[in-house]
Amino acid sequence: MRSKRAELLVGCFIVLGLAAFVYLAVQVSGLGFSSQKDTYQIVARFDDIGGLSERAKVTIAGVTVGSVDSISYDKDLYMAKVTMNIESDVKNIPDDSSIAILTSGLLGEKYLGISIGAEDRMLQNGDEIHDTQSALVLENLISQFLFNKTSGSDK
Amino acid sequence: MKGLISLGAWFFDWLEAIGRAGIFLFQSLFRLPVRWGEAVNLLVRQLYSVGVLSLVIIIVSGTFIGMVLSLQGYSILAKFGSEDSVGQLLALSLLRELGPVVTALLFAGRAGSSLTAEIGLMKATEQLSSYEMMGVDPLRRVIAPRFIAGVICLPLLSMVFSAAGIIGGVLVSVGWLGVSDGSFWSLMQQSVYFDTDILNGLIKALVFAVAITWISVYQGYECVPTSEGIGKATTRTVVLGSLAVLALDFVLTAAMFGDF
Repeated sequence: MRSKRAELLVGCFIVLGLAAFVYLAVQVSGLGFSSQKDTYQIVARFDDIGGLSERAKVTIAGVTVGSVDSISYDKDLYMAKVTMNIESDVKNIPDDSSIAILTSGLLGEKYLGISIGAEDRMLQNGDEIHDTQSALVLENLISQFLFNKTSGSDK
Repeated sequence: MKGLISLGAWFFDWLEAIGRAGIFLFQSLFRLPVRWGEAVNLLVRQLYSVGVLSLVIIIVSGTFIGMVLSLQGYSILAKFGSEDSVGQLLALSLLRELGPVVTALLFAGRAGSSLTAEIGLMKATEQLSSYEMMGVDPLRRVIAPRFIAGVICLPLLSMVFSAAGIIGGVLVSVGWLGVSDGSFWSLMQQSVYFDTDILNGLIKALVFAVAITWISVYQGYECVPTSEGIGKATTRTVVLGSLAVLALDFVLTAAMFGDF
């Protein structure tokens, strides 16, 4: 009789442990069960990605529609090549859209924002966005500002 | 010269003890159990005393650590105006470090010490030798179920600890300090990854479980069978187990999160 009770409590313990694991996976890490959505890839080349990382989100109008798949260095063009996965539902991105590296908040993480163009032709799998805008690097901004200041005082 | 000799002797003793502990573990694990049903029965009894009885201390301390963590984190993050990311801080520190490590330390104190004392007392009252006389291998009847139970319990307890800590943190930061519910969860989900954070935490807990239960059952089995010897062996279990956890934690953290 005592052994039956012990078995019941051990069962409760194991179920509780597994429930905690599932809770952590779903609620804390946001792991969805249908996370593997259909995607297609587009490419963009930037002069300076300034701290953009893999798995960073790609947004249109502030809504996440994909993520950065890989970042590599294109040694022929001396530029950074960013490959991203876009959800297949979002098939209607015009050919002449532009893409910029943005920062969420003052010190937040970097992400990509696509501004929609006006062309009738849409981007297909493997296409490239040519109109790119690099990340704002704070040091460059400050040195530009100082340079303008000093050259202004010479006049 | 004499000091050098005794140092060498100590080193060889140490190597021998490690070898003995390794053979001991191998023997108790890789001999087939007597009967399948009996093995399950023995295991369930150990799961009860090692896991179920540790549950209360794990849940209570997890909740309090989560509450303290979000209180401390909030007061620092509020200085930078980013008190919303307290959820991120809470989840990452619990899943990567505090969950496995604190659970393992509590486990060494709560379950490891009692394993050592129990096996040591069995040895002192000559229960182990009477098993041998009855033709039952004490390694597979006494040691193996305790070891396997410890290895199963600690990862589960560590998950329970992290979940309790996050619930405690939600109570304090969302319920009391007034962090917005939506940004608390969304910032947490953005920064926590299932494979790098939750699975690595589980691997850590598994490694700690093997280390602690191995030390506890070995210390119990090898102790001097007197009341003083059992006391010393129990102390050694807690001290060595805690040190092993902290040292292994550094190595594992360097291997998992060290590449920037």
